[in-house]
Amino acid sequence: MRESPAGEHAHPTAGVYLRVAAVLVILTVIEVGVFYVPAFHPVLVPTLLFLSALKFTLVVMFYMHLKMDSRFFTFLFGGPLLLAFVMTMGLMFLFGAFVLKK
Amino acid sequence: MTTSLGLDNRKMAFWAFIGSECLLFASLISTYLIYKGRSVVGPYPHEILNIPFTSVSTFDLLMSSLMMVLALAAVQRGDLKWAKMWLFLTALLGMFFLAGQVYEFTSFVHEGLTLQRNLFGATFFVLTGTHGAHVTVGVIWLLTLWWRALRGKLGKGNALTVEICGLYWHFVDVVWIVIFTVVYLIQ
Amino acid sequence: MSAAKAVSTWKSWLTTTDHKRIGLLYFWTAFAFFLIGGLEALLIRAQLARPGNTVVSAETFNQLFTMHGTTMVFLALMPLSAAFFNYIVPLQIGARDVAFPRLNAFSYWVFLLGGLFLNASWLLPNHPAPDAGWFGYANLTSREFSPGPNIDFWLLGLQILGVASLAAGFNFIVTILNLRAPGMKMMRLPVFSWMTLVTSFLIITAFPVITVALVLLMFDRFFGTHFYLPSAGGDPVLWQHLFWIFGHPEVYILILPAMGIISEVLPTFARKPLFGYTVVVYSGVLIGFMGWGVWSHHMFSVGLGPIADSVFSATTMLIAVPTGVKIFNWLATLWGGQIRATSALHFAVGFIALFTIGGLSGVMHASPPADLQQTDTYFVVAHIHYVLFGGTVFGLFAGMYYWWPKMTGRLLGEALGKLHFWLMFVGMNLAFFPMHFIGLLGMPRRIYTYGPELGVAKLNLVSTVGAFLIAVSILVFLVNLWRTRTRGKVAGNDPWGGATLEWTIPSPPPPHNFDVIPTVASRLPRWSMTQLKAIPEDAELEKPHAPVGSWWPLVAALGLPVLALAPLTHTLWVAFLGAAILITGIYRWAFEPFEV
Repeated sequence: MRESPAGEHAHPTAGVYLRVAAVLVILTVIEVGVFYVPAFHPVLVPTLLFLSALKFTLVVMFYMHLKMDSRFFTFLFGGPLLLAFVMTMGLMFLFGAFVLKK
Repeated sequence: MTTSLGLDNRKMAFWAFIGSECLLFASLISTYLIYKGRSVVGPYPHEILNIPFTSVSTFDLLMSSLMMVLALAAVQRGDLKWAKMWLFLTALLGMFFLAGQVYEFTSFVHEGLTLQRNLFGATFFVLTGTHGAHVTVGVIWLLTLWWRALRGKLGKGNALTVEICGLYWHFVDVVWIVIFTVVYLIQ
Repeated sequence: MSAAKAVSTWKSWLTTTDHKRIGLLYFWTAFAFFLIGGLEALLIRAQLARPGNTVVSAETFNQLFTMHGTTMVFLALMPLSAAFFNYIVPLQIGARDVAFPRLNAFSYWVFLLGGLFLNASWLLPNHPAPDAGWFGYANLTSREFSPGPNIDFWLLGLQILGVASLAAGFNFIVTILNLRAPGMKMMRLPVFSWMTLVTSFLIITAFPVITVALVLLMFDRFFGTHFYLPSAGGDPVLWQHLFWIFGHPEVYILILPAMGIISEVLPTFARKPLFGYTVVVYSGVLIGFMGWGVWSHHMFSVGLGPIADSVFSATTMLIAVPTGVKIFNWLATLWGGQIRATSALHFAVGFIALFTIGGLSGVMHASPPADLQQTDTYFVVAHIHYVLFGGTVFGLFAGMYYWWPKMTGRLLGEALGKLHFWLMFVGMNLAFFPMHFIGLLGMPRRIYTYGPELGVAKLNLVSTVGAFLIAVSILVFLVNLWRTRTRGKVAGNDPWGGATLEWTIPSPPPPHNFDVIPTVASRLPRWSMTQLKAIPEDAELEKPHAPVGSWWPLVAALGLPVLALAPLTHTLWVAFLGAAILITGIYRWAFEPFEV
């Protein structure tokens, strides 16, 4: 196999990883909390989507190292991810998910 | 000497693969969302999904990602002892997750939710089953790496293979984050 | 430099990881499937030559049009393009091989096995070949309405083939991005390599969607789910969406490589650089992106509602723009050039004319009200064959005539080549132009016969004559292939005066391609006065060597059809066997010492 530079970047320390893990746990606790606390129900969906997007981003940026790595990897992942998101929204629209029910 | 993006071939191929997998899971998630609320008979999600239990599974997978990243760090600094430990723990947490899935699936079946019962059963089992199959592949991969480490064949020089396994593992975790929210929490 | 003589035994071919050998394997296999698909077409046309004909039964007819479409799309056109991706792209970018040679071999073997699996259905008693159209609409494909194994062959075969395409997609993305010769910036990449890159991105994003569609169908048929069955709330239209979300990018997967080919052929035989290289490249990229936004134009008669219909109508009309732009660039390339009317150029010019006609009928489909009359009639059949036969097939033949000398060391005969072209051109237009009228006169697609009162009998006969003329033209081509094996003019490095790197090395190239990897200083290295250094002074000449082979891609590939046999034969242990073969192949592959 060719030796190829992997695109040099600073490695986060174990401390960073642990802190990310702590935040992920806290976010999950909040998610579950929001689910159970009736006061939050009007804003349940956007809140949960926001929280899970945050968790998603943290894992991808720090654990998958995307923040520190080449922007091209962000493109390789982000492009199809965006496509996937638009496709899901499109399909939901086509199947009547965004129709206001009287 | 080549004109290249300066990025490792395998790493690039793997990120492309992860991009591709986004479309795979999005198609399954779309199907789940399209059919949400269209089951003609029960059991329905709110009757059967166990949030406390699944929260523990989610926590388990998140912790496994932490183990994974610590495993990679260990391999990258040539620390074989800790690499072995963290790799094994990652795989172990993965196996706990799978055990939890098996338990969940069998208890759902006992409560009457099967693949054939209704659209919720079909979409739920195919989506989470596909995810579980991915976790299984990941566990096998991790155990293979752990076995290689046991035989002293893992080190700084082939840290990339651990990194790529890590990318796969974290991606599987991230898909679960989406599933946990979209299937379990948003009912 | 003398070319190292490559060992040519059974074993060397079964274990090859050399992109050139894999390219040849793709070519011969795909061409064989092309002939089979063509035979299926001839039977269809024979049956439709007259009203009330009895050449084949209705059921056989359904199998014929299904297998014709499936074979041509997945087993002929895509792999013929792949043959050129494999052989030519590494040469054009100045590389010694692709990024993952064993993965490359794996792609080929999976393709071969998938194609054999699909066609094995013809060989069983009663020949239960797939019979629900190449697009397999639900819920005709349900177990209730298709109880036999026909659809199982289809959905399992396609899943196997999907793996091959995906693997190739990943391989070529990394190859083109990472293995270019020094100085070959992206905007110096030959257009064919650019189109290969865009196509590869389309493959890796579109194939997962059809994989899910097929998996859901498999679950409906084998495990009693109701994804596409209305009785439990399922929606057959979901299949159509998932299929066409894949299906539309798929047609761009089919056409972009051919567009890339003619973007190489036209400049060479006009002795002029491609007009507007940058625009052509960006148009290709744009087509790739926009191709994702048009899928429901295949569903205008489904009742999606005015908003959906309008949106998809608009996006479909918009995508004609980058496509049209390319046509103008190609014409401008020829304009004022020193034209050498070789066979390759004939096919390239034919492409421009015929694809334009197909594009025009395509734009006609873009209007939902107009499409309501055209859809599901022969008008659509006319459209698809103008773009896929007049477009892709003509483009591929242009590539064959152009690159044949590079791959074999001998030129194809020009006289026979031109005869082939004219017979095929006339035949193609006779076969497909009448279909515009046949369709608008009301003949639906996929019917095994029709009554004389429809008034399309004469036109159908003309169409059948055209189809057989195409067959004759293919025979001419085969004769050409055969004769030039021994009697063709020897090619030398550069029989055409081409501009790109593949013409700098012997024909056929030695196993290691380039003795010295060239440093590129221009988009047209062989035509450019600024291309000073072919050999850097301190370069070491590579000792000629053959790429290392491996058994494991073939072994791993074998696991897939065995796995697929499990549902087909309703036996679980076969699945374990298939998985075991696959896993063994993968592990041995992963741990095999392999120098790239």
